[in-house]
Amino acid sequence: MTVTADPVRQQPAPPPDASRRLVDRVFKARELAVALVLVLILGATQLSNTEFLSEQGVKDLLLNATILVLVATGQAVVVITRNVDLSVGSVLGISAFAAGIHLRDGGSPLVAVLLAVGLGALFGVLNGALVSLGKVPALVVTLGTLYIVRGIDSIWVGSRQITADALPAGFVDFGHDGIWVLPYLALLATAVLAGVAYYLRSYHSGRDLYALGSSPEAARLAGIPVRARIMTAYVLCGALAGLAGALYLARFGNVDSATGNGYELTVVSAVVVGGVAFTGGSGTVYGAALGALLLTSINSVLPAIGVSSVWVTAINGFLLLLAIAADRILALRVAAALRKKAARTRSARHA
Amino acid sequence: MKHPEPETTPVLELEGVSKSFGAVRALRGVSLRLYAGEAHALAGENGAGKSTLIKVLAGVHRPDTGTVLLDGEPVGFHGPADARDAGVAVIYQEPTLFPDLSVAENIFVGRQPRRSFGRVDHRAVRRATAELFERLGVDLDPDRPARGLSIADQQLVEIAKALSFDARVLIMDEPTAALTGSEVARLFGVVRTLRSQGAAVLFISHRLEEIFALCRRVTTLRDGALISSEPLEGLSEDDLVRRMVGRDLDDLYPKQRTEIGEVALGVRRLTREGVFTDVSFEVRRGEIVGLAGLVGAGRSELARAVFGVDRFDGGEVEVLGRRLRTGAPSAAMAAGLALVPEDRRAQGLVMDMSIERNIGLTGFAATTRAGLMNRAAERDRAVDWAVRLQVKYARLAHVVGTLSGGNQQKVVLAKWLATSPQVLIVDEPTRGIDVGTKAEVHRLLSSLAAQGVAVLMISSDLPEILGMADRVLVMHEGRLTAEIPGSEATEEAVMAAATGRADRGRTAA
Ligand SMILES: Nc1ncnc2c1ncn2[C@@H]1O[C@H](COP(=O)(O)OP(=O)(O)OP(=O)(O)O)[C@@H](O)[C@H]1O
Ligand SMILES: [Mg+2]
Repeated sequence: MTVTADPVRQQPAPPPDASRRLVDRVFKARELAVALVLVLILGATQLSNTEFLSEQGVKDLLLNATILVLVATGQAVVVITRNVDLSVGSVLGISAFAAGIHLRDGGSPLVAVLLAVGLGALFGVLNGALVSLGKVPALVVTLGTLYIVRGIDSIWVGSRQITADALPAGFVDFGHDGIWVLPYLALLATAVLAGVAYYLRSYHSGRDLYALGSSPEAARLAGIPVRARIMTAYVLCGALAGLAGALYLARFGNVDSATGNGYELTVVSAVVVGGVAFTGGSGTVYGAALGALLLTSINSVLPAIGVSSVWVTAINGFLLLLAIAADRILALRVAAALRKKAARTRSARHA
Repeated sequence: MKHPEPETTPVLELEGVSKSFGAVRALRGVSLRLYAGEAHALAGENGAGKSTLIKVLAGVHRPDTGTVLLDGEPVGFHGPADARDAGVAVIYQEPTLFPDLSVAENIFVGRQPRRSFGRVDHRAVRRATAELFERLGVDLDPDRPARGLSIADQQLVEIAKALSFDARVLIMDEPTAALTGSEVARLFGVVRTLRSQGAAVLFISHRLEEIFALCRRVTTLRDGALISSEPLEGLSEDDLVRRMVGRDLDDLYPKQRTEIGEVALGVRRLTREGVFTDVSFEVRRGEIVGLAGLVGAGRSELARAVFGVDRFDGGEVEVLGRRLRTGAPSAAMAAGLALVPEDRRAQGLVMDMSIERNIGLTGFAATTRAGLMNRAAERDRAVDWAVRLQVKYARLAHVVGTLSGGNQQKVVLAKWLATSPQVLIVDEPTRGIDVGTKAEVHRLLSSLAAQGVAVLMISSDLPEILGMADRVLVMHEGRLTAEIPGSEATEEAVMAAATGRADRGRTAA
């Protein structure tokens, strides 16, 4: 009785692999551009200060970038769904403190990390529920949770702080050491990044996130479980912010009630510079990670070439505008390329 | 042979379904039975409730009263996913694609074939899409993003999406509205195959000949109420129109005699790289010129470039002797040009704004005093046009997005006709408009021409072109391939030129 319209089982001619890459290539160009700028900046700095890319220099650069990369990865997932999570800075701060308290009281490092991740995920659930149930823009909702979490943090932490000497030595070492120039933290972040990227690319629910961000209305009609997917994105983002909190503790060994204050803006900049469109539906977490790396590098580059770090903020802003302009120009060029290509295939067919 | 209702249980059935939106009663106690292996048509005027009925079947709307039955058992669809899992494939009236995703992903979203560990098999997705396009005769690249596709191409992607299901029930809400004869024939071929394999089909179209070509039974709605459900055999087009409209209809193509005057729109050697090449033509005052061609021939793109929405790379455009700059729509409007675009949702309307404000958007010059908007004048202008075009609305302050598809189209027409243009370009002016109003739109275009307006009409509906145009231009792959006087224009001649089979020596402009 069922109609066999399912073409998947049949074996038609293979698709034209040579031409299909065109569009992909143009889109990848966005990430390549960020990578190129990164290489140029690092290269130029190395020329004027040969100490810059020493073993310790590279290590510091990677260590500094790690935490931003993690949070930006989570943020990118949320931005792809056409939402945003402004509470990541607060969540990072409170998770770091929770992990710190646990370690100070003699808890195991593994449990401390899981605690931070779990706490982050919990706030993710809160954000996800508020965004998907209330018909209020995510910007407003998460601005609310930003202050709520920060408020809870302030009350709970008060004037206390966690310092490195209260932490187990193994945990602090983990935050500094590594294999050759590769810190453990950076390796961990890279693994997480690759995992999230693979999930977004290769799983139904990951693809759904792109669909959702591209057109929420069409997603609903296509039968995508919109609320569940938004929840997934926020939980992932919260959990990564929590993980980043634990790593922050390991790296700096110092947490107080101001930890992570204002961090959300840096994170959002990194995501946008990395080519994840704020209008949802496009971009990759690799792009966001590159954006994070770029912003961190500029932070390290300026002192190395003797420029005052007061310029950092202005340069970040400039990069942001540059990125948005680049996205616009690229969109126009993609449209033009598609037009020409479509015309070519049409006339080839009808010839 | 008679076709009494089959004895078997319907695959999908509605019983006494009602649905209201606020004060609007979109459906009142409607019943409908869909049988395996049978194509069923749904007819009715704009706003009669057809799309609402489909959305109830698709699980988008929950009925206020009444039940949906699947294989004779009542079901409560909680969302589109439930209906999909029950084997109901739906093509909605307005294409609902994901602009950022590739065409292939659009087709398989949420149900991509998988490899080990539940991973999406991207190669299989692409291969299956290429194969579907092959069957439908569509030459789209499966890997291109859906952003920027023409309405017709979007509709073809939607069709491919619906056919990719293991569908037991195939529901199509005006799938052919932007398609030309050859694409429609392809589609019908595929649908007939599915039907003979046992699928139930529900089909909506305002082109009555399509209903007769494809379907065996027809259900007619008027103002949300069921008028009749009967076999098409023995019914004439006039019978069907009478059931839909409740009265007899006069001439569908009322053409007034006009004085043809000086050249109002002159296009010379216009070229936009990769889209259209070396296009030259003129439209004179009082003249209706039809622009025909297959989907993808570049007709809409030409119109957009003439109006200045898109840039052109070479050639020139003149309106009433004034040369237009490329890429300057406001200059074109000032020169007396108006363009009714094909994509009402993306280009024609601001969906979240009221009917009144949408019509008012083109008229600030007329309704503004000393830089201040005159709301009363704006309202009068809107009422005037809404009434002339028979827009079916509850209140002018209601959001345009809640109107039925055909009524949205009328608002787009109103918005541009209200500018009293000297040269009017209409792209698919009657897409999704019911027969009654179609005659009204034709009468309007004709009387505009009689007042000296030059009209360029793009349409995929060939009878409309033949019925209305004084002259027919035909495009094929971005070039003008024929210019045929209205009196000599026949279906064969136009189709021959549109498919590139024309004897160029005789007809080329
Ligand atoms: N979401 C909504 N909110 C308010 N009113 C609605 C909504 N959807 C439909 N309506 C109203 O319900 C009525 C029926 O609309 P429907 O879209 O079903 O008509 P239709 O028969 O499909 O017409 P068309 O041929 O123009 O597509 C119309 O009066 C329309 O304005
Ligand atoms: Mg409709």
